[in-house]
Amino acid sequence: MLEPLTPQEWSAIGLSLRVAFAAALCGLPIGLLAAYVLARFRFPGRAILDGIVYLPLVMPPVVTGYLLLLAFGRRGPVGEFLERTFGIVLAFNWTGAALAAGIMGLPLMVRAMRLSLEAIDRRYEDAAATLGASRPIVLLTITLPLMLPGILAGTVLAFARALGEFGATITFVGNIPGVTQTIPSAIWSYTQVPGGEAAALRLTLIAVVIAFAALLASEALSRRAGRRVLGQ
Amino acid sequence: MTLAVDISARAGGFALDAAFESAGRITALFGHSGAGKTTLVNLIAGLARPERGAIAIDGDTLVDTTRGVFVPAHRRRIGYVFQEGRLFPHLSVRRNLVYGRRFSTTKERWADFDTIVDLLGIASLLERQPAGLSGGEKQRVAIGRALLASPRLLLMDEPLASLDEARKADLLPYIERLRDEMRLPIVYVSHAIDEVARIADTMVLLVGGKVVANGPVSDILARADLRAHTGQQEASVVLTLRVGAPGPDPHLTTLEHPAGRFSVPRLDQAEGSEIRMRIRARDVALAVGDPGNLSIRNRLSATVTAIVEAEPPTVEVSLDAAGMPLIASITGEAVRALGLRVGQPVTALIKSSSFDRAAFGPAARPSDA
Repeated sequence: MLEPLTPQEWSAIGLSLRVAFAAALCGLPIGLLAAYVLARFRFPGRAILDGIVYLPLVMPPVVTGYLLLLAFGRRGPVGEFLERTFGIVLAFNWTGAALAAGIMGLPLMVRAMRLSLEAIDRRYEDAAATLGASRPIVLLTITLPLMLPGILAGTVLAFARALGEFGATITFVGNIPGVTQTIPSAIWSYTQVPGGEAAALRLTLIAVVIAFAALLASEALSRRAGRRVLGQ
Repeated sequence: MTLAVDISARAGGFALDAAFESAGRITALFGHSGAGKTTLVNLIAGLARPERGAIAIDGDTLVDTTRGVFVPAHRRRIGYVFQEGRLFPHLSVRRNLVYGRRFSTTKERWADFDTIVDLLGIASLLERQPAGLSGGEKQRVAIGRALLASPRLLLMDEPLASLDEARKADLLPYIERLRDEMRLPIVYVSHAIDEVARIADTMVLLVGGKVVANGPVSDILARADLRAHTGQQEASVVLTLRVGAPGPDPHLTTLEHPAGRFSVPRLDQAEGSEIRMRIRARDVALAVGDPGNLSIRNRLSATVTAIVEAEPPTVEVSLDAAGMPLIASITGEAVRALGLRVGQPVTALIKSSSFDRAAFGPAARPSDA
């Protein structure tokens, strides 16, 4: 079990990290926008947007993955458009894995950001306006800095969720070693073949270590950001 | 500066209907809690929209619902000192102070950082974080932050309300310096009549969302019919007097009243400077003819201008003492025994020891008015 990792295992780890980083970072502006719109605006269709954002949390991941395949597959309306105009292919590609992981992580990210945004005393924003700051400036200099702990927490949650994504990923992009095989799908593959237990256990340990490191990093970051925000 | 307000607004079950004009240096918006004071300043600041009406400063329209004008808060150049300070918790004191600076154009900018930091005595706090400041320090920084945005009008919403008595007494002189040194028009919201009497020259009296009276503070405080609204137990007048040459007793300060000698417990004010003082009606006694040998040394010749029945047995006698108003609160029996009537000359007697130090403040410099 303490043998060195095989190239296939290394590539699963590398791919998982790449997918999780891409999912968390690309999801960040989208999550922030969704959190802001949901927390601050009342408009017709708000309940529907709210539902769509949280849907991946309650639907079976396989269903999410299949819907992604229908929409973003090479024959799907969005997938076909992306391939024709930008030459981007998501299906059975690592970028597709990042999309699936990002969508699965979005509800957690939006929830954390929205809670922190709703906790901000809006009277600080009023005070900034009386000092001459326009809405966009208030957002950049007051609102975003004050919700920083929530932004960090949401991003780390989405990152951790992306690392563990399995159902939607395997349905949408498959399980191709070196292309779309992340740590969870590699573990699943190893458990399906005789003699794969040792490799599965090694990857499991590594998954635990990465997840734990992410949690510790997020704790430290939020504590620092929280101190800064409270001005202590 | 002239501030013209004529608006209606609704917030929850509360309706505000206010119309007034003020050209005062410090205009007090006075009323009990729930009278609509904060709603009114929020409308002036642009943090709330009126249902109907208009607000203008020196003819510059900020809101006019008939023409569809609404200047957003950040373009009004109206400073706002909130009741709780509202310092940005993630910024240091220095960065809180300079927050509004970059939004004003060089032409509009009159506020100088060092001058304001000195005026408010906050130089030692600059590198601190707001969370570590005391209530009084927070309010001084909040005032500095509002000033450094170079506003043309400053709104102060009960800036002393969250402070204890000692801190209030500490902060009032800073507000007086603001009035005298910065020459900035101020709208001062308060429900404490003592504060209003001490610092404001004009006041708007709000009751249940309606303006009941507005005009010079001394006129409104002297009106018996407004007594219930101003929350005063009794009438009082506000006088502005000059500090005279020191008398023989170092513990007394002599004030120059046109109707006679006037001494009060020692004030730390230079000879020739002007002070404002509030004289309560119950501290004034009346005599017809020469009062004779009496411990009360402050004796002003006056003429009775009105006799108004107040809460029995009290009667309020309004006086004119060489052009300055005075009110004496005495019993109806005394009025009958002395045979008081309008136009009669009397001597008003005021005990020196009845003055409370907090009743005095430096007067707004008349040269600046």
